[in-house]
Amino acid sequence: MKHSFLEGNVSISDDVIPLVSTRINFKDFMGAVMVRWGINRDNYRISPGLYAFGNPDQESDVFVTANYKLTFDNLRKNLSGLDGWILVLDTKGVNVWCAAGKGTFGTIELVNRIKLVSLEKFVNHKRLILPQLGATGVAAHKVKEETGFNVHYGPVRASDIKRFIRDGYRADKEMRRVTFGFKDRIKLIPNDFIYGKFYLLGAMAVIFLISGVSSKGFSYKDFSGEGGPGILKVFLAYFSGIVITPMFLPYIPGRHFSLKGFYAGVLVFLILIFLKFTGGNVFEIISWFLIITAISSFLAMNFTGSSTFTSLSGVKKEMKISVPLQIGFALIGTILMVVGKFI
Amino acid sequence: MKDLMYLPDVVTLNLCEATCNGCGMCLKVCPHGVFELSGKKAHIVRRDYCMECGACALNCQVQAITVNSGVGCAAGIINGILRNSEPTCGCSDSKSNCC
Ligand code: SF4
Ligand code: SF4
Repeated sequence: MKHSFLEGNVSISDDVIPLVSTRINFKDFMGAVMVRWGINRDNYRISPGLYAFGNPDQESDVFVTANYKLTFDNLRKNLSGLDGWILVLDTKGVNVWCAAGKGTFGTIELVNRIKLVSLEKFVNHKRLILPQLGATGVAAHKVKEETGFNVHYGPVRASDIKRFIRDGYRADKEMRRVTFGFKDRIKLIPNDFIYGKFYLLGAMAVIFLISGVSSKGFSYKDFSGEGGPGILKVFLAYFSGIVITPMFLPYIPGRHFSLKGFYAGVLVFLILIFLKFTGGNVFEIISWFLIITAISSFLAMNFTGSSTFTSLSGVKKEMKISVPLQIGFALIGTILMVVGKFI
Repeated sequence: MKDLMYLPDVVTLNLCEATCNGCGMCLKVCPHGVFELSGKKAHIVRRDYCMECGACALNCQVQAITVNSGVGCAAGIINGILRNSEPTCGCSDSKSNCC
């Protein structure tokens, strides 16, 4: 497939290096939008290797990145007006940070890629600029030992690259910090929303089946009467865990994500009560409380994977307490709902 | 904005100040400003902000830092348990805004 970001080639003695544009066009933009919604996600990659941008020569900088197209686009659009080289590692179409965690954006791949493209033929200096978050997979001193190239960890965000270079390859404290602001969190929601669809459909199916049960046995009439509102409540619980909790993460009390999700679920439940949407039966009300908070809490807990500040030890500790409670809530809630039908 | 902090007193990060040569590399790679340099030694100053990514330990030439690194991701831990392996994250697109 011909990529729209290619502008031609540059020839350096016998080698032909693809020249990439530093502009993002409509196709790149649409691709990014689709990928955020989980469409074509696993295919959104470019070929690893060496690329040129601007009008590079032997003194130009070399920027190392991942072969996830979204990551690549984000880098090249922040290089406009500069000249240089981009060395794309084979990270299996995964972004830098995640790939570094898995080790695909790693020392071995970097060392091999430098040798494979014979980088020393194109530059006469030994500077490589890596995104700081690649450090989780790359040991700078090992790269130096194996290839002679010096790894300079650039800023966390590509948008700070120009400032980094202007300041003499130095990043200040703020450029080295990962943030997790409102905008960062919002961007993740579509993907998580799609990612959790099986949980949603599963829970909806259970509620739908239960809605058909009554003291008179199993009836299709009850399905249509109660099934709809039941499914809507499950959807709101899902929304609470996957949209509300991430959006208001810093403002919801508690440190445990599952606790934050629980609170968000309580809020949704209270709104439903206020709207007289939970039925009059005490069993039904309690069961909805348990089910909504369990779903919301579980999904909010999953947001730990998308966040940028949770540790493995912390998540393990959180799950030891939360998962048994979530399962207990969901089970008791389901049982009460069925029991309520027979009283 | 105020930095977000997860659970206190859980991280497995350790720094041996006697081994440290003060090169400053850990300060550069840490995305949460956990270290500071003073008196030619690195010090842990924000332990509870550590996310156990492992970048500091991997890039310390003299191996003065140890940390049980891994992904702080509930779905990853569940996957790990189901498959009886290390936690592996499906890694939602989360971190792709970084370069
Ligand atoms: S990277 Fe290691 S040697 Fe360098 S300052 Fe940090 S702890 Fe000390
Ligand atoms: S493990 Fe990561 S977050 Fe923790 S101190 Fe090291 S570099 Fe910083």
